Amino acid sequence: MEASILLVKSLIYFWRGAALAICLALFIPIGRAQEKPYFVTYSHDLEEPGNLEIETKSAVAQPNGGNPFGATAMELEYGTRAWWTTELYLDGQATGSDSAVFTGWRLENRIRPLMRDHAVNPVLYIEYENTPTSDKTILEVVGHDGQADLASPNATLRRNHQHEAELKLILSSNVKDWNISENFISEKNLGHDPWEFGYAVGATRPLRGAASSRECTFCAEKFIAGAEAYGGLGDTSALTMRDTSHYIAPLIGWQLPRGVRFSFSPGFGLTDTSLARVYRVGLAFEFEQIGKWFHSSQGGDL
Amino acid sequence: MIRPSLAVFLIALTSAVALGAASASHWERVTAKDHARPNPLAGQPDAIAAGALVYRDHCQQCHQANARGDGHKRPSLRSNEIHNLSDGDIEWFLRQGDLRHGMPTWSSLPQAQRWQLVAYLRSIQ
Repeated sequence: MEASILLVKSLIYFWRGAALAICLALFIPIGRAQEKPYFVTYSHDLEEPGNLEIETKSAVAQPNGGNPFGATAMELEYGTRAWWTTELYLDGQATGSDSAVFTGWRLENRIRPLMRDHAVNPVLYIEYENTPTSDKTILEVVGHDGQADLASPNATLRRNHQHEAELKLILSSNVKDWNISENFISEKNLGHDPWEFGYAVGATRPLRGAASSRECTFCAEKFIAGAEAYGGLGDTSALTMRDTSHYIAPLIGWQLPRGVRFSFSPGFGLTDTSLARVYRVGLAFEFEQIGKWFHSSQGGDL
Repeated sequence: MIRPSLAVFLIALTSAVALGAASASHWERVTAKDHARPNPLAGQPDAIAAGALVYRDHCQQCHQANARGDGHKRPSLRSNEIHNLSDGDIEWFLRQGDLRHGMPTWSSLPQAQRWQLVAYLRSIQ
């Protein structure tokens, strides 16, 4: 019973984002996202210039000795330039036998310093976070993050807001229809605390390379499958793997008609510090050329 | 310590090299191997039809439904320049993109879909 109430609460956040996207979809041309179904790992795919993607990423889990929770990050991703993507995240969470709360926001920028595709493509990621000490959306795992952090009551979390800067080096390659991505994460609480480190790696591939010559929804090329692994690498005061969390998570993504992308991932904890399981669901809508509202045109000559 | 005049000279030299590199044609960068690569799907009706769908999904938003661009910074794809390129040149450019000038890299598309797109672009020249 409690689990179903929790699910309803967490889905309120999920569907608020989805409802906003559906309303916009009635008026704005829809595009097709090219992004991979990763939840934690980033590839070098950026948003097409002028496009806006609205995505909700939800995580449902139960820490050992704590109440089950559902947390959702609503992500507004805009292609500022072909080499620069800006994102705003709005985070919320619902915890069983507790409450549903808005927890904070993040502003991130991803920049590709190299203007062409290479064997390995670097992306620089810079983020400012204003979130609780243990945000339950679990969009990254760093330092000695563990399931005990996620068992705190919402009231405690809301009192302990933090201002953090997060830097990532994203390396990503496309090889024979595979995408292989590696992320090196460092995070710093701007008030105190040491630098914390983490990693995320992932690989995905469409189930079929060639596109169908007719419209279809269930064709193999509409599905992308893969896996990602992520975890903490300690911090500058204890640069050790002891008491760190690590996860491995199969991924499946489905490109639906009218610019909708659905993704799902069950994650499995690999250490005692990790959550036993994390279930993630994502729903993304991409809107074409929102930038035309602000610019007369962008782009360039061949 | 670098003298100011030397620093100015180095900045000017670096800028000149960078501008020269930026102004070089895209097509001068294509390797002979890429230039000569044939489209394995060339002329196949199914590939052209599939390429049209790939075009609609990923290219049309900038280059317009008729592939004639916006007459400004988003170029027409029905041009003599495109017509005179090899299939390998076009596939190379799709893969590489040109982020500086707003063209995304499409290496994330499966290679078969890039060739389908090339087949479609050929069919509308």
